Amino acid sequence: MRRTVAALLRKELLVELRTLESVPGMSLFALTTFVVFHFALNQNSVSGDEAAGILWVTLLFAAMLGVNRLFVADADQGGFDAFLLAPVDRSAMLLAKALALLAYLLVLELVAVPAFALLLLGPSLGQALPDLLVVLALADLGVAVIGTLVAALAVRTRARDLLGPLLALPLLMPVVIGAARATSPLLGLVHAEHSPARWLLTLGLYDLVFGLIAYAVFDFLLED
Amino acid sequence: MIELEGLVRRYGEREALSDVSLSLPAGGTLVVFGPNGAGKTTLLRVLSTLLRPHSGEVTVLDRRLPQDAWAVRGRVGLLGHEPLLYRELTARENLRFHARLHGVGEERVEELLAAVALSDRADEPLKTLSRGMVQRAAVARATLHDPELLLLDEPRANLDPAASELIEPLIGASARRTRVISSHDPSGGLSEADLVLGLRAGRPALLREADRVDPGEIAELYR
Amino acid sequence: MYGRGLRTLSIATVAVMTLALGLIFFYAPLEAEQGFLQKIFYLHVPLAIVSLCGFVAGGLMAIAHLRTRDPRWDMRSYVAIHMSLIFAVGTLITGSIWARGSWGHWWVWSEPTLVSFLIVFLLYATYQPLRFAIEDPERQARYASVFAIVAGAFVPLNFIAVRLSSEYLHPRVLGSTSNLPAKMALTFLVSVLAVALLYGTLCKYELTAKHTRAQLRALRRQLAGESAGTGRTMRRSASPRLALSADSSAPGSAGV
Repeated sequence: MRRTVAALLRKELLVELRTLESVPGMSLFALTTFVVFHFALNQNSVSGDEAAGILWVTLLFAAMLGVNRLFVADADQGGFDAFLLAPVDRSAMLLAKALALLAYLLVLELVAVPAFALLLLGPSLGQALPDLLVVLALADLGVAVIGTLVAALAVRTRARDLLGPLLALPLLMPVVIGAARATSPLLGLVHAEHSPARWLLTLGLYDLVFGLIAYAVFDFLLED
Repeated sequence: MIELEGLVRRYGEREALSDVSLSLPAGGTLVVFGPNGAGKTTLLRVLSTLLRPHSGEVTVLDRRLPQDAWAVRGRVGLLGHEPLLYRELTARENLRFHARLHGVGEERVEELLAAVALSDRADEPLKTLSRGMVQRAAVARATLHDPELLLLDEPRANLDPAASELIEPLIGASARRTRVISSHDPSGGLSEADLVLGLRAGRPALLREADRVDPGEIAELYR
Repeated sequence: MYGRGLRTLSIATVAVMTLALGLIFFYAPLEAEQGFLQKIFYLHVPLAIVSLCGFVAGGLMAIAHLRTRDPRWDMRSYVAIHMSLIFAVGTLITGSIWARGSWGHWWVWSEPTLVSFLIVFLLYATYQPLRFAIEDPERQARYASVFAIVAGAFVPLNFIAVRLSSEYLHPRVLGSTSNLPAKMALTFLVSVLAVALLYGTLCKYELTAKHTRAQLRALRRQLAGESAGTGRTMRRSASPRLALSADSSAPGSAGV
């Protein structure tokens, strides 16, 4: 199983490196969105709830771009068949794709979070950074799992680019709630030390539940 | 080796394959004829475990499908209309990926690249190669794991005579593997076959040993 | 499953609904703060409960479908979800009317039920477009089942998350359902029963209608003889179509 996941992940990252279809687009989209927010809100700097909101909306929508591209190469070039013919555990594809999406999200955040701190964020990130990283990690896991599931659902339908976000966004609402509430005190004018534990727990629970469900149902999406 | 008894595969309310029964011994070659839409590709996909049979009994390599599909995968090679390769990756990268999926060593990749005469173009992305070369790479992919059963969907399409000759030892009669081939070429197909199946609208219109089949009967199927 | 007991069920539904209406208007006391408007609670909350249970039930039926590959489970799942969606819209409308009446706004973010329902509605509204976007009927059923399972698990989680997020903002605007005085409690229970029966009856009607249409199609196919397969092109449809054999009421095989 591990060998299969490694082989799949390697192929994923290789294709992405060759085509650069997902990550640059996602990152650029995030940067542009920050500028849009500046003009739309007519604010030079934001903090607290507003800051958390802008950050998470931007990250989420940028993630949708990545979700849309996730299975396109496989669907269009017969990659599913090749995988289905191999004597391997089919859940390996879920794991590999989710890990790949997670990798793309991490790169996205490496670009977007500093950019956000630079362009829009009022208070400095400094002390809040470790906690922010925890929130980002937990939220990313949720987005990666749901994103992979939804991408697999949407890719072989007729309106694939539309259905992806339409399915993913409502499903990710608890992640939005948890992540925004957890981030808001970290970005406040008066620094909170830590995120309220309840939101981290909510995110963790969400990741666990949907991780398990995704594992259980994913195989059914691969069959012809 | 392959035993089919009343195989049915539906597509919605329509029967894409209807009551197909046949028996093919190990090492034999079954050639399937029929117009487009007759169900040839569907049959190959069912045998490869990609599609589940809806009713009837299907036994491939002594295993019942769909229950024991996991035991059949990895022993079957499918060469379909799509090469099942990533265009952005090179032939070598593609084959190495398949080798890892099938638990096959990398030396085998080099062996097959040489066998289909792609060794010198093996490090160029597939999208830069001609259709014929891509088809050769696909043949390499399909035989990489040394399958006991080969399923070939019009294998010689896109190949010039030289290339066709090149892949003959891999997928031809000399390979001594059990084969199921779908074909549009009555005379060529017939010469390779031990058993002939003619499909029309999913139903078996003709099923007989090859030496008792006359090319005219095959042409009838297309009428 | 089909046709039997439909009349009994319909009669029972009408009876209980009449009883519920009677209780609501003549038996349940007027609530002190909100007056007559509060009575919409007897419609809004039962709609919410039945709708949520329907979505979860749709998810459970989808599990059955994936395990048994029996298309009848997919049909039941489809009907359950699509009926629940209608009841969910009803929940949103009645909730909105209630909010307008007692709070002055057509929408309040501080009422977790209403907000959760909005999210759930947005999610399940994609169910039919998803189905319609997949042409292969078997794959359509399978993907729809996967969706139904994920969405069914989502419903309770979403509820919890929304509840948590609004807890500290305001006290519940539209009142909670615990600590009801006896008369109200009775009226409430009967209302839930009435809405549940209505849901069940409507679902049964739809299932019966679909099944009858499927039998009709099977008979037509048999009459026309086995045509060459192309014949009439199949119209794309978001709703599942059973493929029956004409002489029985069971699908042709368990494998579909």
